[in-house]
Amino acid sequence: MNLAAAANETLAHNSNVLVYSAMAVYTLAFVAHMAEWVFGSRSKVGRTAAALTAEAAAPAAARARSAAAAGGTGTAVLERPKVVTRSAAGSRDVPDGPGAHGGTEKGDLYGRIAISLTVLAWALHVGGVVTRALSVQRAPWGNMYEFSTTLGGAAVTAYLVLLLLKKNVRWLGLPLVTTVLLDLGLAVSVLYTASDQLVPALHSYWLWIHVSCAILSGAVLYLGAVATLLFLFRDRYEGKLADPDGKQPGAFATSVLERLPSAASLDKFAYRVNATVFPLWTFTIIAGAIWAEAAWGRYWGWDPKEVWTFITWVAYACYLHARATVGWKGRKAAWLGLVAFVCYLFNYFIVNIFVTGLHSYAGV
Amino acid sequence: MSTKTDTTDEPGATADESGDLGTAGSQLSTAPKEDVSLPSLGPIGWARWFWRQLTSMRVALLLLFLLSIGAIPGSLIPQTSIDPVKVDEFKDKHATLGGIYDKLGMFHVYSSVWFSAIYLLLFISLIGCIVPRAWQFVGQLRGRPPAAPRRLTRLPAYTTWRTEAAPEQVLDAAERMLRGRRFRIRREGTAVASEKGYLREAGNLLFHVALIVMLVAFAAGSLWKSEGGKLITEGDGFSNSLTQYDDFSSGPFFDTDTMAPFGFTMDSFDATYERTGPQKGTPRTFRANITYFTGADGTEHKKSVEVNTPLDIAGNKVYLLSHGYAPVVTVKDGRGKVVYHGAVPFLPQDPKNFTSSGVVKVPGARTADGKRNQLGFQALFVPTFGGKNSGSMFSQFPAPDFPVLSVNAWHGDLGMDSGLPQNVYRLDTKRMTQYKDAGGDFFKKMLLPKDRAAQMLGHTGAKLTPEQLAAESTMNLPDGAGSITFDGIKTWASFKITHQPGNGLALTGAVCALLGLAASLFIQRRRVWVRAERADDGDVTVVEMAGLGRSESSRVAEELAALAAELTPSAPLAAPAADTADGPGTSAEDPTEPSDSADPADPSEGARA
Ligand code: HEM
Repeated sequence: MNLAAAANETLAHNSNVLVYSAMAVYTLAFVAHMAEWVFGSRSKVGRTAAALTAEAAAPAAARARSAAAAGGTGTAVLERPKVVTRSAAGSRDVPDGPGAHGGTEKGDLYGRIAISLTVLAWALHVGGVVTRALSVQRAPWGNMYEFSTTLGGAAVTAYLVLLLLKKNVRWLGLPLVTTVLLDLGLAVSVLYTASDQLVPALHSYWLWIHVSCAILSGAVLYLGAVATLLFLFRDRYEGKLADPDGKQPGAFATSVLERLPSAASLDKFAYRVNATVFPLWTFTIIAGAIWAEAAWGRYWGWDPKEVWTFITWVAYACYLHARATVGWKGRKAAWLGLVAFVCYLFNYFIVNIFVTGLHSYAGV
Repeated sequence: MSTKTDTTDEPGATADESGDLGTAGSQLSTAPKEDVSLPSLGPIGWARWFWRQLTSMRVALLLLFLLSIGAIPGSLIPQTSIDPVKVDEFKDKHATLGGIYDKLGMFHVYSSVWFSAIYLLLFISLIGCIVPRAWQFVGQLRGRPPAAPRRLTRLPAYTTWRTEAAPEQVLDAAERMLRGRRFRIRREGTAVASEKGYLREAGNLLFHVALIVMLVAFAAGSLWKSEGGKLITEGDGFSNSLTQYDDFSSGPFFDTDTMAPFGFTMDSFDATYERTGPQKGTPRTFRANITYFTGADGTEHKKSVEVNTPLDIAGNKVYLLSHGYAPVVTVKDGRGKVVYHGAVPFLPQDPKNFTSSGVVKVPGARTADGKRNQLGFQALFVPTFGGKNSGSMFSQFPAPDFPVLSVNAWHGDLGMDSGLPQNVYRLDTKRMTQYKDAGGDFFKKMLLPKDRAAQMLGHTGAKLTPEQLAAESTMNLPDGAGSITFDGIKTWASFKITHQPGNGLALTGAVCALLGLAASLFIQRRRVWVRAERADDGDVTVVEMAGLGRSESSRVAEELAALAAELTPSAPLAAPAADTADGPGTSAEDPTEPSDSADPADPSEGARA
């Protein structure tokens, strides 16, 4: 065996070590997030309930407006006019929850620790992906092990970028870290494939374009799906509160849900995320079609993988359409959004593993 | 689930406020209005009702959903167009289910009646939707932004202040500013109305039109396409006519008379493989070097074809699909006459190391006394001999480093006279007998290529006489029935040659769809109104600004704030005391109340979370 090959094996080994280390640190981040939620549960916030019961008591006009920070604050009021916003009729005017830490200092501290650990784990994770790429000297997306590790990394990257942009996304921390752990666990146990070269059909610069877009779309759509799921819970919770005569939410549900952003915020976040990546997902399909044309002589052949990509795309188109259609906004659109993401997952796990087609890669 | 949002009207804040806003909120989009009214009596009433339903957003949604559900079975049930063998297997295994599936078109879902019905209905609905929307949009482009509603306070984003500047001055400044920001303007009375973001609607229309373009391209592609396969051995050629193809299929409208005149010869085939390390044996390059000509003049060009890089010749695409080895053999019969000489393509049994199998059929062979004695050879070929595994040899590397051909021989009737097409890779041994040696064992031998035997045998080869070397590459049949000699090795490559019109159209459609989609999702259509009127109680001017966007736009408030800030130099705020006097709406505010703008982009939100 020559030196270069040995170096490559060392790199491949290092990559595995980095991925395992990332998993260990993600586990610590998970524990810290749990601590954040536990300490946060001790605060007595009740803001949502207060807002909603006030709303139920007072006439609609009273809740119609509030000051938006957009116009500036404090002394600036003197030089700048203040903008007031009025939420659309029919939507609840509910403030966002305080976040997992529930406004408690201890909870916040653990939350910050969790984020720092996530950043560290992310660095190890990305390092693992990059060394894997170096060990084979190609894009690290030749099989499902590589695809899964990159997908998890992309999801965490998207989350950290949103945090960096000061978006209200800290509530994503626990579900995200949990699923990334699951994803990596699955990758190293079930999907693991030794570092190897590509089959000739994958030798193309379209691999870089098509697959990276698919991974990024998937990662961001995942964040949208989490927000959609939480929206469904939070929306039901708000619905129950707004109707004091009906069944009220239990203590645990209250403790968790009242700390989340309002249903309207979650819904809006999910829509933004999905709508933003939908063009990227569309581009992924177009790039795939161009590649298929170059590799197989047809741009579309109803191969199982292509079919499910199509189904996923149409499902997201349904979701976007639903939001513009009477009576389909809110919960119904949210369900469509979830169905669409399940299609993405189905395409990834079930079709890759159980359905044979041209897209079946060697060794999964 | 008492979601009040469910009752929110379409689209977002726009329509449900049109009640109080009059025309101000109308026509922010061209989405069709939902219509759940019952049809008026009479066939025309019904037809109109039906058409309105078909072109409504609700039905479009339903059809889209059906389309995605309808696509599912085709990915789980074997499809004739993809793998006919699997379909037959399925039918054998599940007799009743296979029958039902057959009736439902489940083995060709994407060309089945019901699937076609869904997408055709969808596209009728789409056209029925686009045409009126496009008209409406043209109308909006020609028209002017709706006048300011009487009560600007009812709009989703609102601000007001008092200034010493005269109303006319403020309005002039507002008009200049909005024009500078590329808003469309309408100035009327004491107010300026403006609107921006028409590109959103244009993008949305472009997207939907592009979908139709793509469907048309797809249809053209499958109706006029042609596709054929051809296996070519090094040195051999091909010219584009029906008879030359190994297999050929075409769309219903394809006319074989229109086949483009071109052809090519495969000069050589390069294949290289990783020689060391853990990836030993992995392919590095596959390249077919060809010389092609087009048209009648026949000027020749040299080019290469690789996997993933097809060659475009005269509107046809030539793809490299696979490759393999073709041992070159010479067969002599009992009379000592050469009855066969040529390269025989062998099919790889092992795609990694190319252990391959093939047959040689020699229908013209005779015995020494001139009697018909058709010969057939079954052979196994390995490019790099790696030993034997349970009786048959195997290859340990894909490149021809140590090629060995192992042959056994048959004689009798090849069955080729019946006129039925035969599989060239299989020997029909029904009416043939296998040669046996003196001991009664089947006769077979491992041969080395003649041109390389000496080199491969190394030092020992040097001591062999030419006759002995020749024996390494020749198998003599018993009883002087003839011989087969392994002369050397050539490579074959299989090509797919396709002609598919509409690819350019499909790509154009796809790019337009993408651009339209991006414009439609990222651009906001919004309106801003500025009103400046003299206050009832004195010399100051009351400035009011309001913004309206579609429900998903949260930037309206931010933009309004920025616009207001930009306007204040021309209309400076008067003393704050006056501000709290009776500025509509603001007096009720508690300025310390935290923002509950739902926007995750709001920095204060991020800090709080
Ligand atoms: C071939 C099937 C169709 C697909 C894949 C599709 C896809 C989409 C997508 C992805 C959007 C979101 C972009 C945006 O929000 O601007 C959209 C919007 C829209 N679609 Fe379609 N569409 C289809 C058919 C139709 C049909 C048949 C109609 C008419 C009934 C229609 C009317 C609309 C309208 C009005 C909007 C914009 C809604 C708004 O203003 O927010 N679409 N479509």
